[in-house]
Amino acid sequence: MIAILDYGFGNVRSAQRAFGRHGIDAQITSNRQECIEAHGLVIPGVGAFAACMDGLDRVEAAPIVDARLLANRPVLGICVGMQVLFTEGVEHDIPRSGLRQWPGIVAQLPAEILPHMGWSEINSAPDSELFKGVENERFYFVHSYATQKWDLQPSESLAPAMVSWSEYGAPFIAAVENGPLSATQFHPEKSGDAGATLIENWIKQCL
Amino acid sequence: MSKKPAIRIIPCLDVTEGRVVKGVNFTNLIDAGDPVEMARVYNAEGADELTFLDITASSGARETMYEVVNRCAAEVFIPLTVGGGVRSVDDVDRLLRAGADKVSINTAALARPELINEISGRFGSQVLVLSVDARRANTLSGFEVTTHGGRKSSGIDALEWIEQGCSRGIGEVLLNSMDADGTRSGYDIEMITRARQVAKVPLIASGGAGALEDFDLAIKAGADALLAASVFHFGIFRIGAVKEYLRGRGHLIR
Repeated sequence: MIAILDYGFGNVRSAQRAFGRHGIDAQITSNRQECIEAHGLVIPGVGAFAACMDGLDRVEAAPIVDARLLANRPVLGICVGMQVLFTEGVEHDIPRSGLRQWPGIVAQLPAEILPHMGWSEINSAPDSELFKGVENERFYFVHSYATQKWDLQPSESLAPAMVSWSEYGAPFIAAVENGPLSATQFHPEKSGDAGATLIENWIKQCL
Repeated sequence: MSKKPAIRIIPCLDVTEGRVVKGVNFTNLIDAGDPVEMARVYNAEGADELTFLDITASSGARETMYEVVNRCAAEVFIPLTVGGGVRSVDDVDRLLRAGADKVSINTAALARPELINEISGRFGSQVLVLSVDARRANTLSGFEVTTHGGRKSSGIDALEWIEQGCSRGIGEVLLNSMDADGTRSGYDIEMITRARQVAKVPLIASGGAGALEDFDLAIKAGADALLAASVFHFGIFRIGAVKEYLRGRGHLIR
């Protein structure tokens, strides 16, 4: 079973439909047990970082994510669902603590025209599983904030994280694959056939 | 790796009673098909995004539109913007729930600009497209906002309105030239150039596409995305051909 975390933010129906395309009936839920035990958990997210974190706190998402990662069960964050995985987000000069799975600050992109809206190229990590078969495709982004620096120090006991980059105003992190924890700043569910392939690649990690 | 996203090509489907229509200057409507079927075709041809404009927008026809949006979102996996008759935060909520990714507002925001703040405050500015039906007129910038499909003057300067929209929290501007709409005589390049100077958000140019060169000129004037209806509906150009042409002109194309 694939679960889509329902916490009041993010287009959960779009995510659900994207899995339906692969014959998977993803469940939209905030039930703790379902979210922990699902083969894969998707954290969608649109809007403001702080509002999303408030919603995640209400459904007690932090211990759910921790429990899944300890059990090596895949989690996929999408858009703001990726941003909240970092240490903190700063919107309108107000910092808000994130789920702190990765070190890093989510801040506004230094661009004159915001949001960054449209299909951008990605410099995908060389051994990426998510981008297998769609390494050179464009994906659909809608965001004004991003993490511009990857700070997680490699550890001897764990495989290094695979970080894929894009650029708008400055280079920013487009996707991360770090053991069971993956995330994309773009919207694979809205990225046409390339997005479908990426989701299929993630499903393979879940089942 | 380039710093800008690809130029988006957006076919616009004017929908009434669940059917696609498009006519010259919004009158003499000609039926051009089923919206979901057309969305599927455009997606296959390489459309970067789709726009549905509910041109009846009477309360009775709203339910039909939600169904169309729902069916489309279940089959087509690219961004979908829906506009026409959006008057409240609740309307936006229902369209987003039906499967729209973005919602465009026009008349209701002119009547009550605070609606922009309310929508972006609730859902984020990224869901909100300000649709500006503008024509040349004797206002400060030389362009005014019209209502009722270009038939009435709002008395508001188009560029001032765009600036106000940006400061209130829109995520994008859809600039439609009511002088050029449906004429296929080319986008209003001066209007695009002037709008680009004041808009702090991505700019979609609309109205007047008739020749391949028109798309090239609009991009050079600063458009981030190009919206067209009749040239696609009536098969004057295929989306693939427009993209191939623009790629040949050195533009970034998906």
